[in-house]
Amino acid sequence: MKESEGRSVDDLVARVRSCGQANGKVVPSPRDRQSFETAAAVVVVRIRWFSLFFVGTTTAIMATSMARSFLQVASTEEVAPKLRVVQIEGLVILKIIKHCKEFSPALVTGQLLGLDVGSDLEVTNCFPFPTRDEEEEIEADGANYQLEMMRCLREVNVDNNTVGWYQSTLLGSFQTVELIETFMNYQENIRRCVCIIYDPSKSNQGVLALKALKLSDSFMELYRSNNFIGEKLREKNLSWMDIFEEIPIKVSNSALISAFMTELEADTPMTQCDFDRLQLSTTPFMERNVEFLIECMDDLSMEQQKFQFYYRNLSRQQAQQQAWLQKRRADNMARKAAGEELLPEEDPSNPVFKPIPEPSRLDSFLITNQIANYCNQINGVAGQSFSKLYLMKALNES
Amino acid sequence: MASSNQTVLQFTPSPTSLTAKVHPLVMFNICDCFVRRPDQAERVIGTLLGSVLPDGTVDIRNCYAVALDIDYHHNMLSSHLKVNPKEVIVGWFSTGFGVTGGSALIHEFYAREVPNPVHLTVDTGFSSGEASIKAFVSVSLSLGDQQLAAQFQEIPLDLRLIEAESVGFDVLKTTMVDKLPNDLEGMETSMERLLALIDDIYKYVDDVVEGRVAPDNNIGRFISDTVASIPKISPAAFDRLVNDSLQDQLLLLYLSSITRTQLSLAEKLNTAAQIL
Repeated sequence: MKESEGRSVDDLVARVRSCGQANGKVVPSPRDRQSFETAAAVVVVRIRWFSLFFVGTTTAIMATSMARSFLQVASTEEVAPKLRVVQIEGLVILKIIKHCKEFSPALVTGQLLGLDVGSDLEVTNCFPFPTRDEEEEIEADGANYQLEMMRCLREVNVDNNTVGWYQSTLLGSFQTVELIETFMNYQENIRRCVCIIYDPSKSNQGVLALKALKLSDSFMELYRSNNFIGEKLREKNLSWMDIFEEIPIKVSNSALISAFMTELEADTPMTQCDFDRLQLSTTPFMERNVEFLIECMDDLSMEQQKFQFYYRNLSRQQAQQQAWLQKRRADNMARKAAGEELLPEEDPSNPVFKPIPEPSRLDSFLITNQIANYCNQINGVAGQSFSKLYLMKALNES
Repeated sequence: MASSNQTVLQFTPSPTSLTAKVHPLVMFNICDCFVRRPDQAERVIGTLLGSVLPDGTVDIRNCYAVALDIDYHHNMLSSHLKVNPKEVIVGWFSTGFGVTGGSALIHEFYAREVPNPVHLTVDTGFSSGEASIKAFVSVSLSLGDQQLAAQFQEIPLDLRLIEAESVGFDVLKTTMVDKLPNDLEGMETSMERLLALIDDIYKYVDDVVEGRVAPDNNIGRFISDTVASIPKISPAAFDRLVNDSLQDQLLLLYLSSITRTQLSLAEKLNTAAQIL
């Protein structure tokens, strides 16, 4: 490769030369010659680059056409396909609901077990975590419990692979720093994990309030560097909406359970679910939602005040810096006139130049997320209420 | 009772009208265990957890499979108790149709853990052609002081699965659901069902009035009860009620929209433009 390349470059140079001669030019002067040679060298380098690139692509093409070796498979596995769907078994849904409902309004968590298959994450089983007491040895106890449970479940052939965790929430108020921290912890050990969030307070309205969430990649990157200042966020184009990604949920059931459920389904046309949905009173739910919303608004305005304070300090500092600089320049002018040595126009030791740390935007992002969530809930329930009210009106008239 | 000179075949006092109630989770778990059973195993057994309600109903709320090993059983039990101390052993389950020979021994084991355990059988093979789920209690049969046998007595089982209903059978009975129904879609199906019911009643009433169907007093009474349960409100008052509620909801919608607008505005101000 190298030889032929060198030859081709020589060939090129010769041709260019012959071209020049054919154009009736005399033999280049030494200076011209030198520049010509540098130009040729540049061409050589370029060609090398190009050939390198070329070699790279050909090997890549060859590799894909050939059967892939284990090494290649291992190296390609690093770039896992994007998680598209979370497939949950009906068993897991029932287990989560039972655990969350029984302990509601206390918030509980549990672990999800399953398989990671391509772009799907299958959740095939789960087990609850005991509620934490304020005791010290509970940490080790919890780990023991977890190991014991997983060992036991493995013995009855349950998938023994952690794929995330579930937790209950109250009116969707789950967007907290703790959730993100848990996420980061899980993410370090498992390549792909999800958090399934269940809201028992919504289920009274006949809604199956299950959500599968993960943190967005760009957010995780930023969180690792712990850099939530305005500039970085602008750079990454990350807004509060991009913290969590909701993943669509699919439900699967084994054929056996499907048969049993079809058989056991009561033949009454209305189910508990319908009764819950057609419940006219939504006031308590809305009331609490608005209450939470107001609280969040207070928090947000606190955060805003923090920023205002920061900006005020920043502009004050800038004014001070300007004043200092002008004074220094005036001094320097006087010194110049007097023929003295000039003073530097910078003074890092001066407290005026000490940068003021910018407050992190994480909290305000999370609060914003939370508020948006409450707004969505209010919109959803209000929409339902409209339908119900019109239905009632129509029924009353007919 | 048993007199000294006469031996009488006797039952120990039978438990008073016991019934059992099953949480759908138990069904799901048993089926899952059966699907995941080891190669050579023909049936799965396990422990049932739950509580006995004040009215004597055995409420079976949870279960776990046991790999025929007492240690395993105890480990699993202590793990479950850590999460929910209120759920204790109430019995055991086995797949298959009805009680089999080995059942008595296992039942005896569970009888040592809890007085009067319930034995639940789930016919995963559909051998009778339908889903047969049965609950039994054991009554010991003794001749004098001598224990002869244990008789399994079937008890009524409540399989209404209210909890499954509130999740929705649509989600639980098919093998694959691509998307969970959202709020409004669920509302739509519920309304459609309600509408269908009202149509049915209309049709029935019309049929009766026209003389096509023989009238049934019970149904008639139900219908009149239902109609009577609608509160009598004057049209003006009703309109006012509806309108007030509509106004309230509109106000809430307005509030939430204005909040959202504020949020996007605040975001723009916070991140987009910084004068430095």
